Amino acid sequence: MNSNTNISPETMFTETDIGRRNRFVENIFKAFFFLMTCLMILPLLLIIGYLFYKALPVLSLDFLFTNPKDNMRAGGVWAPFLGTIYLVVVSLLVAAPIGVFAAVYLSEYARDNWFTRIVNLAVVNLAGVPSIVHALFGVGAFVLFARLGESILAASLTLAIMTLPVIIASTTEALKAVPMSFREACWNMGATRWQTIRRIVLPNSISGILTGVILQVSRAAGETAPIMFTGAVFFKPIVEGNPFAYNITEQCMALSLHLYTISTQVPDVIEGIPYGTAIVLVGSVLLVNAAAIVLRIYLRTRKKW
Amino acid sequence: MKTKIQVSDLKVHYGNIQALNGISFDVYENEILGIIGPAQSGKTTLLKVINRTLEFAQGTTVEGSVQLDGVDIYSIRDVHGLRRRIGMVLPLPVGLPLSIYDNVAFAPRTAGMRKKAELDEIVERCLQQAALWDEVKDRLDSLGTKLSGGQQQRLTIARALSHQPEILCLDEFSIAVDPITTMRIEDVLKTLKDEMTILLVTNLVQQAKRLANRTAFMLNGDLIEIDDTDVIFSDNPASQSTFDYITGNFG
Repeated sequence: MNSNTNISPETMFTETDIGRRNRFVENIFKAFFFLMTCLMILPLLLIIGYLFYKALPVLSLDFLFTNPKDNMRAGGVWAPFLGTIYLVVVSLLVAAPIGVFAAVYLSEYARDNWFTRIVNLAVVNLAGVPSIVHALFGVGAFVLFARLGESILAASLTLAIMTLPVIIASTTEALKAVPMSFREACWNMGATRWQTIRRIVLPNSISGILTGVILQVSRAAGETAPIMFTGAVFFKPIVEGNPFAYNITEQCMALSLHLYTISTQVPDVIEGIPYGTAIVLVGSVLLVNAAAIVLRIYLRTRKKW
Repeated sequence: MKTKIQVSDLKVHYGNIQALNGISFDVYENEILGIIGPAQSGKTTLLKVINRTLEFAQGTTVEGSVQLDGVDIYSIRDVHGLRRRIGMVLPLPVGLPLSIYDNVAFAPRTAGMRKKAELDEIVERCLQQAALWDEVKDRLDSLGTKLSGGQQQRLTIARALSHQPEILCLDEFSIAVDPITTMRIEDVLKTLKDEMTILLVTNLVQQAKRLANRTAFMLNGDLIEIDDTDVIFSDNPASQSTFDYITGNFG
């Protein structure tokens, strides 16, 4: 009845040739993928290590809380640091609500028609536009047309336009991760779309939505092109230690532009200062990303299915 | 007998594919109508038309009419109110990512009920009716999604009852439920029909035979015949294909 009658308990657990080969190939690939992972981490560690090593002579709390001095050949990064915080916070205050709510409309309410197809196409294409093009748009739309002048507001709005499509895309992904069957179960009980979104969809996608938004902090903080024509200046000292030293209708300094200026435009800068500036920029971005990861882990432990 | 639902010449298209080819029948108040038939025969589509959730699918067109208590359901403006009059149980169990209590209290709350005492009473009654109360009464705060498949399906039934529907539609509710629990739910259905009208779509022809007052046989979007369950399951139903399907000689 069974053609494999020669299988006895002894032969069943001895390794066959095919089994041995599979195990060999399995180990090869595992090692290969592990090697690639190490290769990926290596540059990151090298960059941060090198920056730290070079910046060590200037790094101190004073560096963070004093303005650049002596035509930026001495002093710290207080004015650009605070300027970057202003730009990032204001741009996200604009982009996050618009992006998240637009994504909620697109994925929860919108039907698949020509309008939503055009919007989705626009989102995908806007995400691929180079930042210098956003800068030109910002100059035209906010600085000149809206008469905001070169100001924190104009620069932040330009950054917001730049981050908006990515926020929409990441929010849409987070919303899609909530199973359709949850929505159908709610609709079958007579819940409206809004009741379904508020009680089921948003509570279960908020971790992904927040992560997507926070990851845009690093992009907004790192870009130079969109802000250099719309609101960031080479030099503008402010009151040291006062977090409200800027007015959003005025221009500001920014870490990314400051780094560019002192590395290329100012002669005879102490070597440590550009590296210190880079450490402050990378460090604050990494700090925000780490906060995003902690938040995501916390929210995921509360995930309910 | 009073007519609860009147379906006349109902045609449904998904794009170019016709799912229902113009079917007409009545459902009487307080009866259990069994709907049997192989896959792709349009049973689930029929239920989705009745509670108007077919509208969520794109590219569907519905012709003909469905009247609930003499009112065309497509003329009803408060579609959410309509859905609350109909309890729907789908084949695969879905526990909402809420506590067991909140799962059952969801529909009453969306309808505006806030009083704790009333909600407590509804939750207990519905869980009792769905034969789940004894297993979960000490842990109503735990997550509905953490229940076993069969328990989640009974939770789904409890939810469907929570908005006190006039009509209960069950779409192959017993797929994920063990036979003993299935029997307990079937007993519940027999008593529930005093309060409501029940549409029972099932792949288990014996389940229709056990429960249904009348049975409809559907095939490829057509209603082949609808009659008293005794007639359908007799040796000579009106259609030969009905007899073949029930006796397992199909195809």
